[in-house]
Order: sequence, then structure tokens, then C-alpha cells
Amino acid sequence: MSTVAETQIKLTPEHDARPGASVRSRLQDLLPKIVLAPSFAATIVFVYGFILWTIYLSFTNSKTFPSYAVTGARAYQRLWRWTFESDPPSSWYTSITNMGIFGFLYILICLALGLFLAILLDQKIRGEGVLRPIYLYPMALSFIVTGVAWKWFLDPGLGLEQTLHQWGWTSFHFDWIKNKDFVIYTVVIAGVWQASGFVMAMFLAGLRGIDGEIMKAAQIDGASAFQLYRRIVIPLLRPVFLSAFIVLAHLAIKSYDLVVALTSGGPGGSAWLPSNFMYEFTFKRNEMAVGSASAVIMLMTITAIIVPYLYSELREKSR
Amino acid sequence: MSAVASPASQAASGARARTFNRIVIYGLLGLFAIFYLMPLFVMLVTSFKTMDEIQNGNMLSLPHAPTFAPWIKAWSEVCSGLTCVGMKGYFWNSIKMVVPAVLISTLLGALNGYVLTKWRFRGHTLVFAMMLFACFIPFQSVLLPMATILGSLGRFGVTLQNATGFSFGLGNSTVNLVFVHVVYGLGFTTLFFRNYYEAFPTELVKAAQVDGASFFQIFRRIMLPNSLPIIVVTVIYQFTNIWNDFLFASAYAGSGDVMPMTVALNNVVNTSTGVVEYNVNMAAAMIAALPTLIVYVVAGRYFVRGLMAGAVKG
Repeated sequence: MSTVAETQIKLTPEHDARPGASVRSRLQDLLPKIVLAPSFAATIVFVYGFILWTIYLSFTNSKTFPSYAVTGARAYQRLWRWTFESDPPSSWYTSITNMGIFGFLYILICLALGLFLAILLDQKIRGEGVLRPIYLYPMALSFIVTGVAWKWFLDPGLGLEQTLHQWGWTSFHFDWIKNKDFVIYTVVIAGVWQASGFVMAMFLAGLRGIDGEIMKAAQIDGASAFQLYRRIVIPLLRPVFLSAFIVLAHLAIKSYDLVVALTSGGPGGSAWLPSNFMYEFTFKRNEMAVGSASAVIMLMTITAIIVPYLYSELREKSR
Repeated sequence: MSAVASPASQAASGARARTFNRIVIYGLLGLFAIFYLMPLFVMLVTSFKTMDEIQNGNMLSLPHAPTFAPWIKAWSEVCSGLTCVGMKGYFWNSIKMVVPAVLISTLLGALNGYVLTKWRFRGHTLVFAMMLFACFIPFQSVLLPMATILGSLGRFGVTLQNATGFSFGLGNSTVNLVFVHVVYGLGFTTLFFRNYYEAFPTELVKAAQVDGASFFQIFRRIMLPNSLPIIVVTVIYQFTNIWNDFLFASAYAGSGDVMPMTVALNNVVNTSTGVVEYNVNMAAAMIAALPTLIVYVVAGRYFVRGLMAGAVKG
């Protein structure tokens, strides 16, 4: 990401430092900052200020409405207790277990499938211009539309199962979407369907950026295609893996809509992710403090992933 | 391959292996194309079928007698909860929210990017890093305070309404959502423009300054005319994100006739009164998907570039 690229060249024009500089020219000097100020102020207040506010709420006893008397870390204690309440599972236990399953499979399959498709597409394929947009278009759809489409497709009475029954495979059985133990895997399927094409595009861009000379040299040395990819290409794609991982991890933790649209939360909330937990506890179950605490935990998880990434990017560029 | 094989037979078997490889590769690519197209295909054909055909026919078969009735019903009659007025109102809600939000956030992003690259000041990296981090936060961590603030502003709006006869947009769901999307989209738009302007020749800006051009003159006459590609990328990115948003929409405009498209679609699909009309549901989903799909088809190249701008090293 050249986002945090840091060039050390000072580009600011020379300031008019003469004591007699007119008010107007001083205003001109201030103008850039005045222009940036509203955006920066909005970020400070509505991002960082609101985060602090949420943290504050998580230490209160807020139920339906915010209450501002600090009552300690009760909300966190409850979440902590629920973390180990597996039989019957607490909603929090279900949410974080699902997060683990979903996050792991979603990221892993998207990376593997994306890389695989990119390598296939990179074999001088005729019709690449047709295939690429087909793999990628799901990214343009909202999670809600994706959820509606897959809900229909995976419905045992209407979709795939029914179709295969009609084709004569009557023993085929696929009801994951109605099964509380498997519903989270349908979220993985729909999520992978939506994002893997995008990962493919990232890897393809990475592959196209690799110096052809290196490949040629390796081929002359007698490397097989498999060796070539394993030993040379994939290691060179390391930065793409990292970027794709960051994007996917961040999408996974934010996924809320997909669960809602695809499963309506699943039987008994069995498809919940922490984002669903937060929404339900805050707005439906009148447990605002607990909802806030879960939001804080989500934020900390993302921060733990993002900040080292941004920091290393920043350092790398300024060196 | 044996060492004694003649060069000709070697070449022949090499060509055979190559053909075989090609067939496998094309076969796999074709299979995945089917995997990606399947849900859209099913959604599309279902939206043109009658209920009778859906219940008795095959999900994958083309409609025998294509009918537009489900689309018409989805647009103007379908029920979301207890109100049966179709998707059209919600569609316009989304348009009214998306257009100003995209325009404002793009313009601010362009100005921010311009300042952060061509008018640098001490601490500009920190300012940028703070705005950038905002792109990544889970919105759950700001959801509740924003709801509280929007609630108070709404009450203040009512007071103003009573006092002056005009609420100045306070308490209006569309205005609220535009505000929210601008605030939480700023990080992305700033990022896009900053990266783009980073590569823009600073000499041009300096030369214009020497000629006495002002801050805004340089922006309008030099930066903007050269920003078309990044403007397209930003507009598409913001349009897609805001149109597809569900979390903010359901939290701040989750019911009544102010819902944006995504929330309305979710309600339509989960409305359980009477027979579930799958064809109408699918038509509604298609209507919700069409604007972003059209953008993707028309400007796919820019769409991809936008998605990757925040992720791939430049």
C-alpha cells in the first residue's frame, strides 16, 4: 500500500515570513489547513471520540438507554463467563466460535481459490476478458442480495437439493442452511463466492507484475511449472498475500449483513458472528453495555491486525 | 520422456501433453465460471417465472412463458412488513442518499488529498494515518454514539420545526445517512486522492504558484482537470459501498417509508404473511442489485482499480 507512503521531500511552498506580510497572504498560508480541518475534526469526533464513548458505555450499566454512571467491568465479566459457556452454548460463545470457523475458512479458501484461479488465468487464456468479470462481479453485489440469492439456492425445498432430486439423485441431502451445527458453513460458501474473485484479481495483478526475466531464467534452468510457482512465483507474491489477508480479515470481522440476509441469524442464533451479537444485544435485547463491550472487543481484534500492518508500511516507506 | 525418443516423437508427445493441459485448464475455468454465475442465473430466471412454474419446475430451467409480472409487482406492490407499496419508494430513498453522499465525500476527499500532498505541514503523516485507520474500524464501535447523537439532533429538529417552521434537515433519515456515509467514507476518498496526487508532478503546482495562482485556482484549474481517472474510481467505490450498506441503514433508517433499498429488500424477503412469492422476491433482489451491476458492467476496470487501491502496494 503506498497509502502511507512517506516521502521526505518537503513540498510546502516557501512561506512568506516577512513581518509585513498582509493578512491576506497569511490567510493563504492557513487555507490548506482550514480546508483539511473539517474532515480531520469529523474523524477525531465521530471516529475516535465515538470509540471512546463506546468504551465508556461498556463500563456502565446501560440497558435500553445509555446510563453514564460507571459501574465497572461487569459487561466484560459477563462476556468472559459466556466465553466458556459451551453447553448449552451462550450466544457469545456461538458468536466467537463462528467467527473462528468463518474467519479461518473464509480467508483460507478465498486465498487458495483466488491464487488458483489467477494462476490458471495467467496461462495465456483465450477469453480471459470474458472470464475475469464473471469471477469478479459478485463483489459488486450487496451482502443482502448475495444472501437472498444463496438462501434460495441452498434451501432444501427449492434449490440445489430439489433440483438434484428432480434429476434423479433422490438420496441427495443438503440442509446445512437449516441445521444449527452447519449453518455457519453456508455463510462461508456465500462469503467465498462473493470475495474470491476479488482476491483472484489481486493475485492476477501481482502475477502480471512479476518480472518475466526471472521466470525465463528459471525455465532455462529446467524448473518444472510446479516448481516455478512453488519456489519462485508464490514467494514473490508475499505482499499480495498480506494485502489480501488484511482485506479479507477486515471484511470477515465486519460481516453482519450476510448472516442476516442468508440465515436471519440461523436457527436459535446459531449463525451469529460478533457483529450480529453486538447489534442484537444493543438494539433488540436492551443490553447496551454488553453490546458496547462486544464492539470494543471487535475493535481491539481489528486494531491488533491493522496497526502493525499500517506501522510496518509506514516504516518501510520512510526508510 | 525417454532419452532415446526421436526429436519428432518428443515434440508430438509434448504437444499432446500441452493439449491435455489446455483442456484441463479451460475445463476448470469453465466450471468456476458456472459456480460464479449460478446464483445470478437462478435469481434472474426465477424472477421471470410464474409461481406455478417455480413450484413444479426445475430451478435451473429457463422460464416457459416469461412474465414481467413479478418485476412489476416488486417495483410497485410488494409488501415490506405490512406496507405494500413496492420497492420504488425505497429505491428513490437510496438514490437520494447515495448521490449527495458520493458527491460530498468525493469532493472532500479530493481537497484532503490535495492538501496532504501539495501543501504539506508538520504532522501531515499523523493526520493521514488517523484518517486511514478510520477506514478499518468495525462500525459497531461507533454505531451507538452516532444513534444517540442523531436522536438528539432529531429532537432538536422538532424544536426548530416548531419555532421556525423549518427543521433544517435535522431528524431527516436521508440527511442523517448522507452525513454518516460522508463521515465514514472520508478515509477512503482521502486515501484514493492522496495516493493519486502523490504521483502528480509537484513542479506544475509550484510553477502555478510562482505565477500567482491561489490555492483554489490551482485545485480547480490544474488538479481537477487531471483527476478524471481517480474521480471515476472514487465515485464508483463510494457508490457501490453506500448503495450496498446495510448496517447504518438498518440502525438509523430501519423501518417505515424512509428505509433504503437494502433494508427494504431484507424486509420483503423476510415478510412471512401469506404465500411467499419467490419470483417477486428475486425480482426485488435484482432491482436492488441492478444499479451496482450496471456500474460494474459499464466501468468494471475502474471498479477493480478502486477495490485494489486500498489494498495493493502502489
